[in-house]
Amino acid sequence: MKLRWDTAVGVLLVAVFLTGLGTTDGFAGRDNLAFAFNDIAEVALMALPMTLLVVAGQVDLSVASMLGLSSALTGQLWDAGWAFETIVPIVLLVGVVGGLLNGWLVTRVGLPSLAVTIGTLALYRGLASVVLGSNAITDFPETYAKWAVDTTTVPGTFLTYPVALFIVLAAIAAVVLHATGVGRSLFAIGAQEDAAYFAGIRVKRVKLLLFVVSGLISAFAGVVFTLRYGSARADNGQGFEMLVIASVLLGGVDFDGGKGTLFGAVAGVLLIGVLKNLLTLNDVANEVQVIVTGLLLVASVLTPRLITTVSAWRHRRAAASTS
Amino acid sequence: MSVTIEKPDKSAAAPETARSARSLVDAVFRAREISIAGALVLLVLFTWIAEPRFLDDQGIKDLLLNAAILVLLAVGQSVVVITRNIDLSVGSVVGLSAFACGKFVSGTDHGALTVLALGLLVGAGCGIVSGALVSFGRVPALVVTLGMLYIIQGVDYWWAQGEQINAADVPQSVLDLGSGSVLGIPYLPLIAFVVLAGTAYVLRTYRGGRELYAIGSSPEAARLAGVPIRRRVLAAYVFSGAVSGFAGALWLARFGTVVADNAHGWELTVVSAVVVGGVAIVGGTGTVWGAALGALLLTTIGSALAVLKVDSFWQDAIAGALLLAAISVDRIVRVRMTRALTKRSAR
Repeated sequence: MKLRWDTAVGVLLVAVFLTGLGTTDGFAGRDNLAFAFNDIAEVALMALPMTLLVVAGQVDLSVASMLGLSSALTGQLWDAGWAFETIVPIVLLVGVVGGLLNGWLVTRVGLPSLAVTIGTLALYRGLASVVLGSNAITDFPETYAKWAVDTTTVPGTFLTYPVALFIVLAAIAAVVLHATGVGRSLFAIGAQEDAAYFAGIRVKRVKLLLFVVSGLISAFAGVVFTLRYGSARADNGQGFEMLVIASVLLGGVDFDGGKGTLFGAVAGVLLIGVLKNLLTLNDVANEVQVIVTGLLLVASVLTPRLITTVSAWRHRRAAASTS
Repeated sequence: MSVTIEKPDKSAAAPETARSARSLVDAVFRAREISIAGALVLLVLFTWIAEPRFLDDQGIKDLLLNAAILVLLAVGQSVVVITRNIDLSVGSVVGLSAFACGKFVSGTDHGALTVLALGLLVGAGCGIVSGALVSFGRVPALVVTLGMLYIIQGVDYWWAQGEQINAADVPQSVLDLGSGSVLGIPYLPLIAFVVLAGTAYVLRTYRGGRELYAIGSSPEAARLAGVPIRRRVLAAYVFSGAVSGFAGALWLARFGTVVADNAHGWELTVVSAVVVGGVAIVGGTGTVWGAALGALLLTTIGSALAVLKVDSFWQDAIAGALLLAAISVDRIVRVRMTRALTKRSAR
């Protein structure tokens, strides 16, 4: 039997979760679980469109910068006295425009997405600091902040609103990726773009749409981040792009495109979140947590490889001994 | 990543007469280095006209000093990218190596060469691990080196524990390396140039160097042609690691002050220098000269904006926009060129 990596990550997630229940006081508490999952809400949200992008053989490194730009805009507009109900649509629109720029450069100009989004990573982060400078806007009222903080949960559950939203979006993304024609076309584009094109898939339109969705979700994640910390800053979420990609790849989504499951990506995100929480509760230093993330990532690509090699070797040996 | 398939360049099949007449023009257009160099010259001229002090003795020195470390890293990175791989761990290797060298010298004087050798070794050690994982594990380079980025960074933070190396702890012999010069040219850019020229020569002339291009343009074909792919890829990573470690030692010499997150986030700057410099991210093409020019262009943009007194809040945005403009223009020009050449050779 061939063990699938995304299943293995799911099992590992459950194992880590059970270890937490058995060994760590306070881990199973409602407050802690609400906190643990809410703490990775933005990374988790951005990981959804990233999964679809990577399956299609693309990548968006600008997500964390878009989060920062959106945070800076939210803060600046709020400070200027705008209503929050007006700010959110404007910020989301900026996310869409940012995604369009990425998508346009990739599909029309024909540049590799890695190169394009390294550029927009600098551009959007730069615009964030143009908007807000090195200021921090902090006076967001409770009426809005409560939708993002970990002390407010959906009645009857330990789920915070960002996490509840993540669950809904993850379900939608899973259906789109695994049960619709669009999802199949993503796998086709990731596996062989030219073949997908000749098979009648509108490759450019699909890719453009993916970047737009990624920009939109990243901008939304910026609003969530701002409210969750009650602080709008231009450098909010700096370096998150690596964490988002790490989570997706940890879940077994192949960076070369064409392979992966949404279940794996979600398991990867949650694994990083639960592990981080568990290590923090056990007073493991932040530096060691960084190392653990790295080791997990390396193991995630090495283990399936090792399993294949070992089983091939055993197969050969078995064949040799019977003959 | 998906591979963009370019139309094959048919101009090679053109009749001899047509070729010789136009070969010079073609060469100019084909050498991507020339367009980057052109952009660089324009940028420098423009800034110089606006602010003459940009190109006085100190100005030129600053430009070269600022570029030296990024040029080194770009040279190491392009060797890896040419083989269709990537090394995202370079920034953290610089940080670790700079801190290790700082620890090693603080209070005692071991001489500048020992420090450089130590940096080189630390970097090569990191490169061996990444390289072995990529070449023998046969796993995606981006994932492995992203993992290595976290691991090396974590080790560095854990070791430093918030501690910082100050210039006062660093012996004069090492600091002299960062500030000294020969015939008016500072050591750092000289060293970077020597590494650059040496690497370019090896890539161009030696079989091992050519084989890196073969691996990058088609791993399968290279394997069938008998290229020892794993050994070559491992060597590319060890080289990139060693150069990054060496750059870390130079970082210590130049700045004297070292904290754990030196060069944090530099991996993306280095990759963008390489991309701007015309080394295709899908492997097989590009030169280290181009990558070095890309690095020089990026740092010069930063210096120019500072000299022109552009608000520092604007600098990232402008650098990003220029980077996008540079790669877009380059791409458009190349597509047009290929089309024109194809048409001409069809005639």
